[in-house]
Amino acid sequence: MTLTRRQVLLLLPAAAVAWESVLAGNPEVAPNYTTTEHWWGMLLDITKCIGCGSCVRACAMENDVPDGYFRTWIERYHVTDWHIENPHVDSPDGGKGGFPSDAETGGRNFFVPKLCNHCTDSPCTQVCPVGATFQTPDGVTLIDYNYCLGCRYCIQACPYGCRFFHPTKHTADKCTLCYHRITKGLTTACCEACPTGARQLADLKNPKDPIHAFLKTHTVQVLKPHLATGAKMFYNGLDGSVR
Amino acid sequence: MEGFMYPNEVELQWSVLIVLYPFLTGLVAGAFILASLERVFRVEEVKPTYRLALLTALAFLIVAPLPLQLHLGHPERSFEMYLTPHRSSAMAMFGFVYLWYLMAVLVLEIWLDYRRDIVLLAESSRGWKRPLYRLLTLGSYNISAGALRVDDRAGWLVTLIGIPSAFLLHGYVGFIFGSIKANPWWSTPLMPVVFLFSAMVSGIALVLLMYMLTSLLRRTAIDMRCLDTIAKYLLYTFIIDFTLEMLDLIHRIYESDESFRSLDFMVHTRLFISQIVFQIFLGTLLPIGLLAATQLVKFTEAARKRIYAFAGILTMIGIFAMRWNVVIGGQLFSKSFLGYTSYKMGFVTREGLVPAVILLVLPFVILFVLIKILPPWHEENIGALHADGTD
Amino acid sequence: MSKFRDSAHLIRVAAVFLLGVVAFVALRAAVVPKSFGLYGPYRASALTELTAHPIVYAGHETCEACHSDVQEIKAKGVHARVNCESCHGPQAKHAEDPGTVKPVLPEISTLCVRCHSQNAAKPSGFPQVDAKEHSQGLPCDTCHQPHSPGFDAGGKK
Repeated sequence: MTLTRRQVLLLLPAAAVAWESVLAGNPEVAPNYTTTEHWWGMLLDITKCIGCGSCVRACAMENDVPDGYFRTWIERYHVTDWHIENPHVDSPDGGKGGFPSDAETGGRNFFVPKLCNHCTDSPCTQVCPVGATFQTPDGVTLIDYNYCLGCRYCIQACPYGCRFFHPTKHTADKCTLCYHRITKGLTTACCEACPTGARQLADLKNPKDPIHAFLKTHTVQVLKPHLATGAKMFYNGLDGSVR
Repeated sequence: MEGFMYPNEVELQWSVLIVLYPFLTGLVAGAFILASLERVFRVEEVKPTYRLALLTALAFLIVAPLPLQLHLGHPERSFEMYLTPHRSSAMAMFGFVYLWYLMAVLVLEIWLDYRRDIVLLAESSRGWKRPLYRLLTLGSYNISAGALRVDDRAGWLVTLIGIPSAFLLHGYVGFIFGSIKANPWWSTPLMPVVFLFSAMVSGIALVLLMYMLTSLLRRTAIDMRCLDTIAKYLLYTFIIDFTLEMLDLIHRIYESDESFRSLDFMVHTRLFISQIVFQIFLGTLLPIGLLAATQLVKFTEAARKRIYAFAGILTMIGIFAMRWNVVIGGQLFSKSFLGYTSYKMGFVTREGLVPAVILLVLPFVILFVLIKILPPWHEENIGALHADGTD
Repeated sequence: MSKFRDSAHLIRVAAVFLLGVVAFVALRAAVVPKSFGLYGPYRASALTELTAHPIVYAGHETCEACHSDVQEIKAKGVHARVNCESCHGPQAKHAEDPGTVKPVLPEISTLCVRCHSQNAAKPSGFPQVDAKEHSQGLPCDTCHQPHSPGFDAGGKK
């Protein structure tokens, strides 16, 4: 097929634009989902957590979390009287199989579910040398498993101990806030499995989200506030002894 | 595991290889600073060790990235650090500091200082060495007095830039640890400074030992004026280093923040041998005492040599222990301050003892090769002395 | 002119450095992933890869679409807010192919005990029992209907 000069002059810019979009590899996060319309967080209600471990198990099954490593886990606290600087804490297998009944009475006892705090000013994404861990425009801190070097600097930088080194992927790994679920209108696996509603996903940018009403009427805390990480996992009823 | 640790914390992330890395880069910075004493500050006495110090620095700098590569989960992706460096990451920026220091400082300075010898060797050598030297000349065979003066001025400038570059090289490593607010054992503004001065101490000690060793092997006399001067600088640097470390310790004890009780317990139990015994007593106080003694008491030449050698070896062990205590120590306690774990070093595993030992020996092998290609000493130089007696 | 000749070798060094820089820039242009930097200092196509992960938990709304009868019983009782997969485990595969993939019912004695065994750390208002004493060896569903276990809502069998 022979092209006239006019045809070439018309085709060339069109081809250039098409080539640009091919080169840019325009990715779709999910259909009908705009990242900038959301800002994800979670409400964790200590007054409701029963330490059943359903969240830990659900997360492990949803995300293929290897045994012995935890994207989320539960800690059990025992605080004697006014000794809030010396709590007794345990987390047998991260609370995956629940907690054994024990004779621990007296003082204050409670469960604290923990996970990645998806910090707004996360110290972990700050230190990644190559940009393999990052925060999305909708506030979720993620890891690019095909880019991560496995240097483990991010694991050292996380104050909450929520990151681990994946034994077979040989990259860093952590809670993704079930990004593959929340971008499709589902809730996270841990929130889905929680029988008491102690864990509830919150979209802080959604004015209709129940968290806004909750925050008006309850006192909430974040973990290690003195580190100013901008954590978005809000705890209702968090005791001062919680590390 | 003792007490409570966050479930993901029990396993250590950074192994003995990450202990090796600041140790090796520290030796580079220290050896270079000693070399620059002569070049920029005109401390004539240490001139006999100038070229040896530069070659030592190069040998260790070449090996320095290897423990990191062995440690990475995906070493094949390591070049990403140069392709898409994350500007807020000290580790990423360090990749460029390393490259700058290697190429624009160390290699350039060595080339400028050796250029005359390289040209002469390119013309006189035979066999496989000839094309090597011809390549190193970069095609220029001008070794006239004017050209050598240009080399001298350029070398002086490179050394001048090299001193802050060396500070940056090792200060950055300290910053990589010191900027982590999540870890109270690491997080202190003193960290880069402590790392730098301990690097200088280890580097000076290394050059002292290498000078004594090479003189022994070559059966040449040791220039005692040179050796005494190196030992003096070692002592001064050591005193500053010790002062900084004590400042950090006293500050921690006095302020006694939430992490203190946990760290204190760790130092008295899991870190007792490596910190109290090896780093502080055997690695710092004893060498300082020995070196101070040589300044206050008149020892014979033979006695001084033995004292310097002993102090030098203790220093190397002590500074290695310091790196161990920072890297491993920072991972032995829980960030909940309620528990402790232990480090299980492998033997022939990828990050075990055997690779670590190999990586410690490798720089000496490389140094041996470098000495053969670029001989630091006048007698082995093939060129005649200049008429004015300079080499 | 001899002054220039004496510094000529430095020009060669500068040329080597320049060559290195050019080679580096060219390599970067060729090798850096195209989607890098689109949303921030990371590979934007990672988002596509991460959201492609298969769904394992279907979500209670999916279960209720078919099992509305169970949902009606549950909604009246104390387990109203307990999601289906909390007890039944992940069922996305079953939801996709209900005919072939049959959910395996969980072992009652371990399942109920995990939530309801007595523990000082549980909120005091939460129903908890000493399992052995309470059930005397019998499985929990001998007396309690799991979908509506509370007795006041007519859950007793």
